[in-house]
Amino acid sequence: MDFLSILSIFVLAVFVGYYVVWSVTPALHTPLMAVTNAISSVIIVGALIAAAAGAITEGGGLSQWLGLLGVVLASINIFGGFAVTRRMLAMYKKKDKKPAASK
Amino acid sequence: MEHAVAATPAWAVLAYLVAGVLFILALRGLSSPESSQAGNRNGMIGMLIAVGTTLALHPTGLPLIIGAIAIGGGIGWVIAQRIQMTAMPELVAGFHSLVGMAAVLVGCAAYLNPASFGIVDSAGAILGVSRVEMGLGVAIGAITFSGSIIAFLKLSGRMSGSPILLPGRHVLNLGVLVGILVLTGIFATDATAAAGQGPLLWIILALSFIIGVTLIIPIGGADMPVVISMLNSYSGWAAAAMGFTLQNTAMIITGALVGSSGAILSYIMCRAMNRSFISVIAGGFGADAGPAGEKGAAIQKSYKAGSADDAAFIMQNAESVIIVPGYGMAVSQAQHALREMGDLLKKEGVSVKYAIHPVAGRMPGHMNVLLAEANVPYDEVFELEDINSEFGQCDVAFVIGANDVTNPLAKTDKSSPIYGMPILDVEKAKTVLFVKRSMGGVGYAGVDNPVFYADNTMMLLADAKKMVENIVKGLNGGGH
Repeated sequence: MDFLSILSIFVLAVFVGYYVVWSVTPALHTPLMAVTNAISSVIIVGALIAAAAGAITEGGGLSQWLGLLGVVLASINIFGGFAVTRRMLAMYKKKDKKPAASK
Repeated sequence: MEHAVAATPAWAVLAYLVAGVLFILALRGLSSPESSQAGNRNGMIGMLIAVGTTLALHPTGLPLIIGAIAIGGGIGWVIAQRIQMTAMPELVAGFHSLVGMAAVLVGCAAYLNPASFGIVDSAGAILGVSRVEMGLGVAIGAITFSGSIIAFLKLSGRMSGSPILLPGRHVLNLGVLVGILVLTGIFATDATAAAGQGPLLWIILALSFIIGVTLIIPIGGADMPVVISMLNSYSGWAAAAMGFTLQNTAMIITGALVGSSGAILSYIMCRAMNRSFISVIAGGFGADAGPAGEKGAAIQKSYKAGSADDAAFIMQNAESVIIVPGYGMAVSQAQHALREMGDLLKKEGVSVKYAIHPVAGRMPGHMNVLLAEANVPYDEVFELEDINSEFGQCDVAFVIGANDVTNPLAKTDKSSPIYGMPILDVEKAKTVLFVKRSMGGVGYAGVDNPVFYADNTMMLLADAKKMVENIVKGLNGGGH
Protein backbone atom coordinates (compact mmCIF):
# COMPACT_ATOMS: atom_id res chain seq x y z
CA MET A 1 0.00 0.00 0.00
CA ASP A 2 1.29 3.45 -0.77
CA PHE A 3 1.52 6.19 1.80
CA LEU A 4 -1.53 8.06 0.51
CA SER A 5 -3.93 5.11 0.81
CA ILE A 6 -2.71 4.52 4.34
CA LEU A 7 -3.13 8.18 5.16
CA SER A 8 -6.70 8.04 3.78
CA ILE A 9 -7.55 5.10 6.04
CA PHE A 10 -6.04 6.95 8.97
CA VAL A 11 -7.96 10.17 8.39
CA LEU A 12 -11.25 8.36 7.88
CA ALA A 13 -10.65 6.29 11.01
CA VAL A 14 -10.08 9.48 13.02
CA PHE A 15 -13.52 10.66 11.92
CA VAL A 16 -15.12 7.31 12.70
CA GLY A 17 -13.45 7.44 16.11
CA TYR A 18 -14.72 10.95 16.70
CA TYR A 19 -18.36 10.06 16.10
CA VAL A 20 -18.25 6.67 17.80
CA VAL A 21 -16.64 8.05 20.94
CA TRP A 22 -19.12 10.93 21.27
CA SER A 23 -21.88 8.33 21.29
CA VAL A 24 -20.35 6.56 24.29
CA THR A 25 -22.43 7.18 27.40
CA PRO A 26 -20.49 9.12 30.09
CA ALA A 27 -21.30 6.40 32.62
CA LEU A 28 -19.04 4.08 30.63
CA HIS A 29 -16.07 6.40 30.24
CA THR A 30 -13.87 4.35 32.56
CA PRO A 31 -14.54 1.08 30.67
CA LEU A 32 -13.94 3.09 27.48
CA MET A 33 -10.46 3.97 28.68
CA ALA A 34 -9.78 0.39 29.72
CA VAL A 35 -10.92 -1.06 26.40
CA THR A 36 -9.10 1.53 24.27
CA ASN A 37 -6.08 0.59 26.30
CA ALA A 38 -6.56 -3.04 25.41
CA ILE A 39 -7.10 -2.45 21.71
CA SER A 40 -4.20 -0.02 21.38
CA SER A 41 -2.08 -3.02 22.33
CA VAL A 42 -2.64 -4.15 18.76
CA ILE A 43 0.90 -2.77 18.63
CA ILE A 44 1.69 -6.39 19.53
CA VAL A 45 1.56 -7.02 15.77
CA GLY A 46 4.80 -5.08 15.40
CA ALA A 47 6.34 -6.83 18.37
CA LEU A 48 5.38 -10.24 16.96
CA ILE A 49 6.99 -9.42 13.61
CA ALA A 50 10.18 -8.32 15.35
CA ALA A 51 10.23 -11.43 17.52
CA ALA A 52 9.52 -13.78 14.60
CA ALA A 53 11.82 -12.17 12.05
CA GLY A 54 14.61 -11.68 14.56
CA ALA A 55 14.70 -15.43 15.09
CA ILE A 56 15.66 -16.08 11.46
CA THR A 57 17.72 -13.00 10.66
CA GLU A 58 21.44 -13.09 11.12
CA GLY A 59 22.39 -10.60 13.80
CA GLY A 60 18.70 -10.23 14.61
CA GLY A 61 19.16 -11.32 18.22
CA LEU A 62 18.70 -7.92 19.79
CA SER A 63 15.64 -7.02 17.74
CA GLN A 64 14.21 -10.45 18.52
CA TRP A 65 14.51 -9.88 22.26
CA LEU A 66 13.17 -6.35 22.00
CA GLY A 67 10.23 -7.83 20.11
CA LEU A 68 9.68 -10.54 22.71
CA LEU A 69 9.73 -8.01 25.51
CA GLY A 70 7.22 -5.97 23.50
CA VAL A 71 5.04 -9.08 23.19
CA VAL A 72 5.11 -9.58 26.96
CA LEU A 73 4.16 -5.96 27.69
CA ALA A 74 1.43 -5.82 25.06
CA SER A 75 0.03 -9.17 26.27
CA ILE A 76 -0.23 -7.87 29.84
CA ASN A 77 -2.25 -5.03 28.42
CA ILE A 78 -4.43 -7.11 26.11
CA PHE A 79 -5.39 -9.74 28.68
CA GLY A 80 -5.49 -7.26 31.55
CA GLY A 81 -7.38 -4.61 29.60
CA PHE A 82 -10.10 -6.84 28.16
CA ALA A 83 -10.51 -8.79 31.41
CA VAL A 84 -10.83 -5.70 33.58
CA THR A 85 -13.26 -4.14 31.08
CA ARG A 86 -15.35 -7.29 31.22
CA ARG A 87 -15.29 -7.22 35.01
CA MET A 88 -16.41 -3.61 35.05
CA LEU A 89 -19.15 -4.00 32.45
CA ALA A 90 -20.59 -7.01 34.28
CA MET A 91 -21.23 -4.71 37.25
CA TYR A 92 -23.51 -2.30 35.41
CA LYS A 93 -27.01 -3.48 36.21
CA LYS A 94 -30.42 -2.08 35.60
CA LYS A 95 -33.04 -1.60 38.27
CA ASP A 96 -35.15 -4.64 37.45
CA LYS A 97 -35.02 -7.25 40.15
CA LYS A 98 -34.79 -5.61 43.52
CA PRO A 99 -34.97 -8.42 46.07
CA ALA A 100 -35.26 -6.11 49.09
CA ALA A 101 -37.61 -3.55 47.59
CA SER A 102 -40.91 -2.94 49.28
CA LYS A 103 -43.36 -0.13 49.30
CA MET B 1 18.78 -9.68 4.73
CA GLU B 2 17.20 -12.23 2.38
CA HIS B 3 14.19 -12.53 4.64
CA ALA B 4 12.72 -9.24 3.58
CA VAL B 5 8.97 -9.46 3.82
CA ALA B 6 7.17 -9.56 0.53
CA ALA B 7 3.97 -7.60 0.05
CA THR B 8 1.35 -8.76 2.56
CA PRO B 9 -1.04 -11.25 0.92
CA ALA B 10 -4.56 -10.06 0.21
CA TRP B 11 -6.24 -12.37 2.75
CA ALA B 12 -4.05 -10.93 5.50
CA VAL B 13 -4.82 -7.34 4.50
CA LEU B 14 -8.52 -8.21 4.70
CA ALA B 15 -8.09 -9.96 8.04
CA TYR B 16 -6.42 -6.88 9.52
CA LEU B 17 -9.25 -4.78 8.13
CA VAL B 18 -11.81 -7.06 9.82
CA ALA B 19 -9.88 -6.69 13.07
CA GLY B 20 -10.00 -2.91 12.70
CA VAL B 21 -13.77 -2.97 12.09
CA LEU B 22 -14.28 -5.18 15.15
CA PHE B 23 -12.38 -2.62 17.23
CA ILE B 24 -14.73 0.10 15.99
CA LEU B 25 -17.67 -2.10 17.01
CA ALA B 26 -16.08 -2.62 20.43
CA LEU B 27 -16.25 1.12 21.08
CA ARG B 28 -19.67 1.42 19.48
CA GLY B 29 -20.97 -1.15 21.97
CA LEU B 30 -20.19 1.23 24.81
CA SER B 31 -23.02 3.55 23.79
CA SER B 32 -25.19 1.71 26.32
CA PRO B 33 -24.53 -0.72 29.16
CA GLU B 34 -26.72 -3.36 27.46
CA SER B 35 -24.59 -3.60 24.33
CA SER B 36 -21.29 -3.02 26.06
CA GLN B 37 -20.43 -6.61 26.87
CA ALA B 38 -20.98 -7.74 23.29
CA GLY B 39 -18.79 -4.83 22.25
CA ASN B 40 -16.00 -6.00 24.50
CA ARG B 41 -16.24 -9.47 22.96
CA ASN B 42 -15.90 -7.92 19.51
CA GLY B 43 -12.72 -6.29 20.70
CA MET B 44 -11.32 -9.60 21.90
CA ILE B 45 -12.18 -11.32 18.62
CA GLY B 46 -10.54 -8.49 16.72
CA MET B 47 -7.37 -8.87 18.74
CA LEU B 48 -7.38 -12.63 18.22
CA ILE B 49 -7.65 -12.12 14.46
CA ALA B 50 -4.85 -9.55 14.41
CA VAL B 51 -2.49 -11.75 16.44
CA GLY B 52 -3.44 -14.94 14.58
CA THR B 53 -2.91 -13.32 11.19
CA THR B 54 0.49 -11.99 12.22
CA LEU B 55 1.61 -15.36 13.53
CA ALA B 56 0.41 -17.07 10.35
CA LEU B 57 2.41 -14.62 8.24
CA HIS B 58 5.54 -14.96 10.37
CA PRO B 59 5.59 -18.52 11.67
CA THR B 60 9.14 -18.44 13.04
CA GLY B 61 10.50 -18.38 16.56
CA LEU B 62 7.10 -19.56 17.80
CA PRO B 63 8.03 -21.26 21.09
CA LEU B 64 9.54 -18.08 22.51
CA ILE B 65 6.66 -15.97 21.23
CA ILE B 66 4.02 -18.20 22.74
CA GLY B 67 5.99 -18.19 25.98
CA ALA B 68 6.05 -14.38 25.92
CA ILE B 69 2.28 -14.20 25.32
CA ALA B 70 1.68 -16.70 28.13
CA ILE B 71 3.82 -14.74 30.60
CA GLY B 72 2.31 -11.37 29.72
CA GLY B 73 -1.21 -12.75 29.43
CA GLY B 74 -0.92 -14.48 32.80
CA ILE B 75 0.32 -11.33 34.52
CA GLY B 76 -2.40 -9.21 32.90
CA TRP B 77 -5.14 -11.68 33.77
CA VAL B 78 -4.14 -11.87 37.42
CA ILE B 79 -3.90 -8.09 37.72
CA ALA B 80 -7.35 -7.70 36.16
CA GLN B 81 -8.91 -10.14 38.63
CA ARG B 82 -7.27 -8.70 41.73
CA ILE B 83 -7.41 -4.96 41.13
CA GLN B 84 -9.71 -2.92 43.36
CA MET B 85 -12.21 -0.79 41.49
CA THR B 86 -11.03 2.27 43.42
CA ALA B 87 -7.54 1.66 41.99
CA MET B 88 -8.79 1.81 38.40
CA PRO B 89 -7.19 5.21 37.59
CA GLU B 90 -3.69 4.06 38.46
CA LEU B 91 -4.26 0.73 36.72
CA VAL B 92 -5.22 2.49 33.51
CA ALA B 93 -2.20 4.80 33.84
CA GLY B 94 0.02 1.76 34.35
CA PHE B 95 -1.44 0.04 31.30
CA HIS B 96 -0.85 3.17 29.23
CA SER B 97 2.81 3.08 30.15
CA LEU B 98 3.03 -0.49 28.83
CA VAL B 99 1.55 0.49 25.46
CA GLY B 100 4.06 3.33 25.28
CA MET B 101 6.97 1.05 26.09
CA ALA B 102 5.78 -1.58 23.61
CA ALA B 103 5.70 1.13 20.91
CA VAL B 104 9.25 2.14 21.82
CA LEU B 105 10.44 -1.47 21.64
CA VAL B 106 8.77 -2.05 18.27
CA GLY B 107 10.28 1.15 16.89
CA CYS B 108 13.76 0.20 18.09
CA ALA B 109 13.42 -3.35 16.75
CA ALA B 110 12.32 -1.97 13.38
CA TYR B 111 15.34 0.33 13.33
CA LEU B 112 17.72 -2.52 14.15
CA ASN B 113 16.17 -5.02 11.74
CA PRO B 114 14.40 -2.90 9.10
CA ALA B 115 14.39 -5.56 6.37
CA SER B 116 12.02 -7.78 8.36
CA PHE B 117 9.56 -4.92 8.54
CA GLY B 118 9.76 -4.32 4.78
CA ILE B 119 10.85 -0.71 5.18
CA VAL B 120 14.09 -0.74 3.18
CA ASP B 121 14.74 0.30 -0.41
CA SER B 122 16.57 -1.90 -2.92
CA ALA B 123 19.94 -0.73 -1.60
CA GLY B 124 19.08 -1.79 1.94
CA ALA B 125 18.66 1.75 3.32
CA ILE B 126 15.70 2.55 5.59
CA LEU B 127 13.09 4.61 3.71
CA GLY B 128 12.95 8.28 4.67
CA VAL B 129 9.22 8.26 5.31
CA SER B 130 9.60 5.21 7.52
CA ARG B 131 12.26 7.02 9.53
CA VAL B 132 9.87 9.92 10.15
CA GLU B 133 7.19 7.49 11.33
CA MET B 134 9.72 5.58 13.40
CA GLY B 135 11.11 8.72 15.03
CA LEU B 136 7.63 10.05 15.85
CA GLY B 137 6.37 6.65 16.99
CA VAL B 138 9.31 6.12 19.31
CA ALA B 139 9.04 9.68 20.63
CA ILE B 140 5.28 9.48 21.33
CA GLY B 141 5.72 6.01 22.81
CA ALA B 142 8.48 7.19 25.14
CA ILE B 143 6.49 10.26 26.26
CA THR B 144 3.48 8.01 26.88
CA PHE B 145 5.67 5.65 28.89
CA SER B 146 7.41 8.07 31.22
CA GLY B 147 4.38 10.38 31.50
CA SER B 148 2.14 7.45 32.46
CA ILE B 149 4.66 6.24 35.02
CA ILE B 150 4.51 9.66 36.71
CA ALA B 151 0.71 9.67 36.49
CA PHE B 152 0.67 6.17 37.95
CA LEU B 153 2.92 7.22 40.85
CA LYS B 154 0.77 10.28 41.56
CA LEU B 155 -2.55 8.42 41.33
CA SER B 156 -1.43 5.53 43.51
CA GLY B 157 -0.14 7.93 46.15
CA ARG B 158 3.48 6.77 45.79
CA MET B 159 4.29 10.33 44.81
CA SER B 160 2.68 13.52 46.09
CA GLY B 161 -0.26 14.66 43.98
CA SER B 162 0.72 18.29 44.35
CA PRO B 163 2.36 19.97 41.38
CA ILE B 164 6.15 20.05 41.19
CA LEU B 165 7.17 23.26 39.47
CA LEU B 166 10.61 23.44 37.91
CA PRO B 167 11.89 26.93 37.19
CA GLY B 168 11.60 27.83 33.52
CA ARG B 169 9.73 24.62 32.78
CA HIS B 170 7.75 26.03 29.85
CA VAL B 171 10.90 27.13 28.04
CA LEU B 172 12.58 23.84 28.90
CA ASN B 173 9.67 21.69 27.70
CA LEU B 174 9.17 23.69 24.54
CA GLY B 175 12.89 23.54 23.81
CA VAL B 176 13.04 19.78 24.26
CA LEU B 177 9.91 19.33 22.13
CA VAL B 178 11.35 21.39 19.29
CA GLY B 179 14.62 19.49 19.71
CA ILE B 180 12.80 16.17 19.26
CA LEU B 181 11.07 17.39 16.08
CA VAL B 182 14.28 18.82 14.60
CA LEU B 183 16.19 15.64 15.38
CA THR B 184 13.41 13.56 13.78
CA GLY B 185 13.81 15.72 10.68
CA ILE B 186 17.57 15.16 10.63
CA PHE B 187 17.01 11.47 11.35
CA ALA B 188 14.80 11.23 8.26
CA THR B 189 17.36 12.83 5.95
CA ASP B 190 20.64 11.63 7.43
CA ALA B 191 22.48 8.97 5.40
CA THR B 192 24.03 7.31 8.46
CA ALA B 193 20.60 6.90 10.01
CA ALA B 194 19.35 5.39 6.74
CA ALA B 195 21.97 2.69 7.12
CA GLY B 196 20.62 1.97 10.58
CA GLN B 197 23.57 3.54 12.36
CA GLY B 198 24.33 6.57 14.46
CA PRO B 199 22.97 7.75 17.78
CA LEU B 200 20.11 9.97 16.50
CA LEU B 201 17.22 7.65 17.34
CA TRP B 202 18.63 7.00 20.81
CA ILE B 203 18.95 10.73 21.48
CA ILE B 204 15.32 11.24 20.37
CA LEU B 205 14.34 8.39 22.66
CA ALA B 206 16.21 9.81 25.67
CA LEU B 207 14.79 13.32 25.17
CA SER B 208 11.27 11.90 24.89
CA PHE B 209 11.62 9.94 28.12
CA ILE B 210 12.73 13.13 29.86
CA ILE B 211 9.97 15.35 28.49
CA GLY B 212 7.34 12.77 29.48
CA VAL B 213 8.43 13.29 33.08
CA THR B 214 8.78 17.07 32.96
CA LEU B 215 5.38 17.42 31.25
CA ILE B 216 3.45 15.54 33.92
CA ILE B 217 5.14 16.45 37.23
CA PRO B 218 3.76 20.04 37.32
CA ILE B 219 0.18 18.81 36.94
CA GLY B 220 -1.78 18.50 40.17
CA GLY B 221 -4.04 15.70 41.39
CA ALA B 222 -7.32 17.37 40.45
CA ASP B 223 -6.22 17.66 36.82
CA MET B 224 -5.44 13.94 36.60
CA PRO B 225 -8.66 13.12 34.67
CA VAL B 226 -7.33 15.29 31.85
CA VAL B 227 -3.82 13.86 32.05
CA ILE B 228 -4.97 10.27 32.01
CA SER B 229 -7.23 10.94 29.01
CA MET B 230 -4.40 12.72 27.26
CA LEU B 231 -2.01 9.83 27.81
CA ASN B 232 -4.74 7.52 26.54
CA SER B 233 -4.77 9.59 23.38
CA TYR B 234 -0.97 9.50 23.07
CA SER B 235 -0.88 5.72 23.36
CA GLY B 236 -3.26 5.66 20.38
CA TRP B 237 -1.14 8.00 18.28
CA ALA B 238 1.93 5.89 19.10
CA ALA B 239 0.16 2.79 17.82
CA ALA B 240 -0.95 4.67 14.70
CA ALA B 241 2.59 5.84 13.96
CA MET B 242 3.82 2.25 14.18
CA GLY B 243 0.91 1.24 11.97
CA PHE B 244 2.19 3.61 9.31
CA THR B 245 5.64 2.05 9.57
CA LEU B 246 4.21 -1.45 9.21
CA GLN B 247 1.50 -0.39 6.75
CA ASN B 248 -0.94 -2.27 8.93
CA THR B 249 -4.59 -1.21 8.72
CA ALA B 250 -5.60 -2.77 12.05
CA MET B 251 -2.98 -0.71 13.84
CA ILE B 252 -3.84 2.49 11.98
CA ILE B 253 -7.58 2.19 12.58
CA THR B 254 -7.04 1.35 16.23
CA GLY B 255 -4.52 4.12 16.70
CA ALA B 256 -6.90 6.66 15.19
CA LEU B 257 -9.81 5.41 17.32
CA VAL B 258 -7.86 5.46 20.55
CA GLY B 259 -6.20 8.74 19.68
CA SER B 260 -9.48 10.50 19.05
CA SER B 261 -11.13 8.79 22.03
CA GLY B 262 -8.51 10.12 24.43
CA ALA B 263 -8.64 13.55 22.84
CA ILE B 264 -12.44 13.74 23.21
CA LEU B 265 -12.27 12.62 26.83
CA SER B 266 -9.62 15.28 27.53
CA TYR B 267 -11.89 17.85 25.93
CA ILE B 268 -14.92 16.74 27.99
CA MET B 269 -12.87 16.90 31.18
CA CYS B 270 -11.50 20.35 30.38
CA ARG B 271 -14.98 21.63 29.57
CA ALA B 272 -16.28 20.25 32.86
CA MET B 273 -13.65 22.31 34.66
CA ASN B 274 -14.00 25.35 32.41
CA ARG B 275 -10.28 25.24 31.77
CA SER B 276 -8.38 25.28 28.53
CA PHE B 277 -6.34 22.25 27.59
CA ILE B 278 -3.26 24.48 27.42
CA SER B 279 -3.73 25.71 31.00
CA VAL B 280 -4.07 22.15 32.26
CA ILE B 281 -0.94 21.04 30.43
CA ALA B 282 0.93 24.11 31.65
CA GLY B 283 0.24 22.75 35.12
CA GLY B 284 0.58 24.28 38.56
CA PHE B 285 -3.17 24.28 39.32
CA GLY B 286 -3.80 24.18 43.05
CA ALA B 287 -0.18 25.00 43.83
CA ASP B 288 -0.63 28.67 44.73
CA ALA B 289 -1.00 28.83 48.50
CA GLY B 290 -2.81 32.19 48.37
CA PRO B 291 -6.45 31.30 49.02
CA ALA B 292 -5.61 28.37 51.27
CA GLY B 293 -3.38 30.42 53.58
CA GLU B 294 -5.85 33.27 53.69
CA LYS B 295 -8.62 30.95 54.73
CA GLY B 296 -6.75 29.63 57.74
CA ALA B 297 -6.12 33.04 59.24
CA ALA B 298 -8.94 35.37 58.29
CA ILE B 299 -12.08 33.35 57.80
CA GLN B 300 -13.57 32.00 61.00
CA LYS B 301 -17.09 31.41 59.80
CA SER B 302 -19.50 29.34 61.77
CA TYR B 303 -21.00 26.16 60.49
CA LYS B 304 -23.49 23.65 61.81
CA ALA B 305 -22.07 20.25 62.62
CA GLY B 306 -24.34 17.26 62.86
CA SER B 307 -24.17 13.64 63.87
CA ALA B 308 -24.97 10.48 61.93
CA ASP B 309 -28.25 10.14 63.82
CA ASP B 310 -29.27 13.68 62.86
CA ALA B 311 -28.53 12.84 59.23
CA ALA B 312 -30.46 9.58 59.42
CA PHE B 313 -33.45 11.39 60.93
CA ILE B 314 -33.44 14.14 58.31
CA MET B 315 -33.18 11.73 55.39
CA GLN B 316 -35.82 9.34 56.75
CA ASN B 317 -38.29 12.18 56.82
CA ALA B 318 -37.36 13.47 53.37
CA GLU B 319 -39.22 12.67 50.20
CA SER B 320 -36.27 12.88 47.90
CA VAL B 321 -32.54 12.58 48.42
CA ILE B 322 -29.87 13.24 45.81
CA ILE B 323 -26.47 11.76 46.60
CA VAL B 324 -23.42 13.55 45.20
CA PRO B 325 -20.30 11.36 45.39
CA GLY B 326 -16.77 12.62 44.86
CA TYR B 327 -13.19 11.52 45.19
CA GLY B 328 -13.58 11.33 48.99
CA MET B 329 -16.00 8.43 48.53
CA ALA B 330 -13.42 6.54 46.48
CA VAL B 331 -10.63 7.22 48.98
CA SER B 332 -12.58 5.86 51.91
CA GLN B 333 -14.26 3.06 49.88
CA ALA B 334 -17.67 4.24 51.07
CA GLN B 335 -19.63 3.11 47.99
CA HIS B 336 -20.97 -0.13 49.49
CA ALA B 337 -22.13 1.52 52.70
CA LEU B 338 -23.62 4.28 50.58
CA ARG B 339 -25.67 1.81 48.55
CA GLU B 340 -26.89 0.20 51.75
CA MET B 341 -27.96 3.62 52.99
CA GLY B 342 -29.77 4.23 49.70
CA ASP B 343 -31.58 0.88 49.96
CA LEU B 344 -32.76 1.60 53.50
CA LEU B 345 -34.02 5.01 52.46
CA LYS B 346 -35.86 3.53 49.51
CA LYS B 347 -37.52 1.07 51.89
CA GLU B 348 -38.76 4.09 53.81
CA GLY B 349 -40.28 5.39 50.60
CA VAL B 350 -37.66 8.03 49.95
CA SER B 351 -36.72 8.64 46.33
CA VAL B 352 -32.94 8.24 45.98
CA LYS B 353 -30.88 9.41 43.02
CA TYR B 354 -27.20 9.87 42.39
CA ALA B 355 -25.71 12.93 40.69
CA ILE B 356 -22.29 12.65 39.04
CA HIS B 357 -20.10 15.54 37.98
CA PRO B 358 -17.93 14.71 34.94
CA VAL B 359 -14.70 15.42 36.84
CA ALA B 360 -15.67 13.79 40.13
CA GLY B 361 -12.91 11.34 40.95
CA ARG B 362 -9.63 10.83 39.22
CA MET B 363 -10.68 9.63 35.78
CA PRO B 364 -13.67 9.97 33.45
CA GLY B 365 -16.55 7.83 34.70
CA HIS B 366 -14.71 6.89 37.91
CA MET B 367 -17.76 7.38 40.18
CA ASN B 368 -20.05 5.43 37.86
CA VAL B 369 -17.83 2.37 38.08
CA LEU B 370 -17.63 2.51 41.86
CA LEU B 371 -21.41 2.83 42.18
CA ALA B 372 -21.88 -0.01 39.71
CA GLU B 373 -19.50 -2.09 41.79
CA ALA B 374 -21.66 -1.43 44.83
CA ASN B 375 -24.70 -2.65 42.84
CA VAL B 376 -26.31 0.73 42.40
CA PRO B 377 -28.54 0.34 39.31
CA TYR B 378 -27.23 2.60 36.56
CA ASP B 379 -30.66 4.09 35.90
CA GLU B 380 -30.52 5.75 39.34
CA VAL B 381 -27.27 7.48 38.40
CA PHE B 382 -27.53 10.76 36.52
CA GLU B 383 -25.14 13.11 34.76
CA LEU B 384 -24.83 16.77 35.69
CA GLU B 385 -27.04 18.22 32.98
CA ASP B 386 -29.80 15.66 33.51
CA ILE B 387 -30.23 16.16 37.23
CA ASN B 388 -29.07 19.68 38.03
CA SER B 389 -32.55 21.19 37.73
CA GLU B 390 -33.89 18.74 40.34
CA PHE B 391 -31.89 20.07 43.29
CA GLY B 392 -34.38 22.93 43.67
CA GLN B 393 -37.19 20.48 44.39
CA CYS B 394 -35.28 17.93 46.41
CA ASP B 395 -35.32 17.74 50.20
CA VAL B 396 -31.79 16.58 50.86
CA ALA B 397 -28.56 16.82 48.89
CA PHE B 398 -26.15 14.32 50.41
CA VAL B 399 -22.64 15.36 49.37
CA ILE B 400 -19.95 12.81 50.10
CA GLY B 401 -16.32 13.67 49.47
CA ALA B 402 -17.00 16.19 46.72
CA ASN B 403 -16.04 19.82 47.19
CA ASP B 404 -15.03 21.83 44.14
CA VAL B 405 -17.81 20.36 41.98
CA THR B 406 -20.44 21.73 44.39
CA ASN B 407 -18.90 25.14 45.01
CA PRO B 408 -21.29 27.96 44.03
CA LEU B 409 -18.37 30.40 43.87
CA ALA B 410 -17.82 28.94 40.41
CA LYS B 411 -20.98 30.83 39.41
CA THR B 412 -20.41 34.11 41.22
CA ASP B 413 -16.78 34.80 42.09
CA LYS B 414 -14.86 35.91 39.02
CA SER B 415 -11.56 35.84 40.92
CA SER B 416 -12.00 32.20 41.90
CA PRO B 417 -9.76 29.69 40.14
CA ILE B 418 -12.81 27.55 39.46
CA TYR B 419 -14.94 30.41 38.10
CA GLY B 420 -17.09 29.28 35.18
CA MET B 421 -16.87 25.61 36.00
CA PRO B 422 -20.30 23.95 35.72
CA ILE B 423 -21.27 22.74 39.19
CA LEU B 424 -23.96 20.67 40.84
CA ASP B 425 -26.42 23.11 42.45
CA VAL B 426 -26.56 21.33 45.81
CA GLU B 427 -27.12 24.62 47.67
CA LYS B 428 -30.63 24.79 46.18
CA ALA B 429 -31.78 21.70 48.06
CA LYS B 430 -33.81 22.27 51.23
CA THR B 431 -31.09 20.66 53.32
CA VAL B 432 -27.50 19.92 52.39
CA LEU B 433 -25.72 17.15 54.28
CA PHE B 434 -22.01 17.52 53.62
CA VAL B 435 -19.78 14.59 54.54
CA LYS B 436 -16.22 15.75 54.91
CA ARG B 437 -13.21 14.51 56.82
CA SER B 438 -12.56 17.85 58.57
CA MET B 439 -13.04 21.54 58.04
CA GLY B 440 -9.36 21.92 57.21
CA GLY B 441 -9.13 20.60 53.66
CA VAL B 442 -10.59 22.77 50.96
CA GLY B 443 -10.53 20.54 47.88
CA TYR B 444 -7.83 20.48 45.28
CA ALA B 445 -8.46 23.92 43.91
CA GLY B 446 -7.68 25.37 47.35
CA VAL B 447 -10.98 27.27 47.40
CA ASP B 448 -13.30 27.56 50.37
CA ASN B 449 -16.87 26.47 49.74
CA PRO B 450 -19.66 28.82 50.97
CA VAL B 451 -22.03 25.83 51.11
CA PHE B 452 -20.25 24.75 54.32
CA TYR B 453 -21.47 27.85 56.13
CA ALA B 454 -24.95 28.10 54.64
CA ASP B 455 -27.95 27.99 56.96
CA ASN B 456 -29.39 24.93 55.30
CA THR B 457 -26.15 22.94 55.49
CA MET B 458 -25.22 20.41 58.12
CA MET B 459 -21.59 19.32 58.13
CA LEU B 460 -20.97 15.66 58.89
CA LEU B 461 -17.31 15.68 59.83
CA ALA B 462 -15.85 12.17 59.75
CA ASP B 463 -14.32 9.61 57.46
CA ALA B 464 -16.88 9.11 54.69
CA LYS B 465 -17.23 5.37 55.14
CA LYS B 466 -17.53 5.53 58.95
CA MET B 467 -20.11 8.30 58.71
CA VAL B 468 -22.24 6.43 56.17
CA GLU B 469 -22.03 3.23 58.23
CA ASN B 470 -23.20 5.13 61.29
CA ILE B 471 -26.06 6.64 59.31
CA VAL B 472 -27.01 3.12 58.23
CA LYS B 473 -27.02 2.10 61.90
CA GLY B 474 -29.16 5.11 62.68
CA LEU B 475 -31.60 4.19 59.92
CA ASN B 476 -31.80 0.61 61.15
CA GLY B 477 -32.29 1.67 64.74
CA GLY B 478 -34.71 4.50 64.14
CA GLY B 479 -36.71 2.92 61.30
CA HIS B 480 -39.67 0.77 62.28
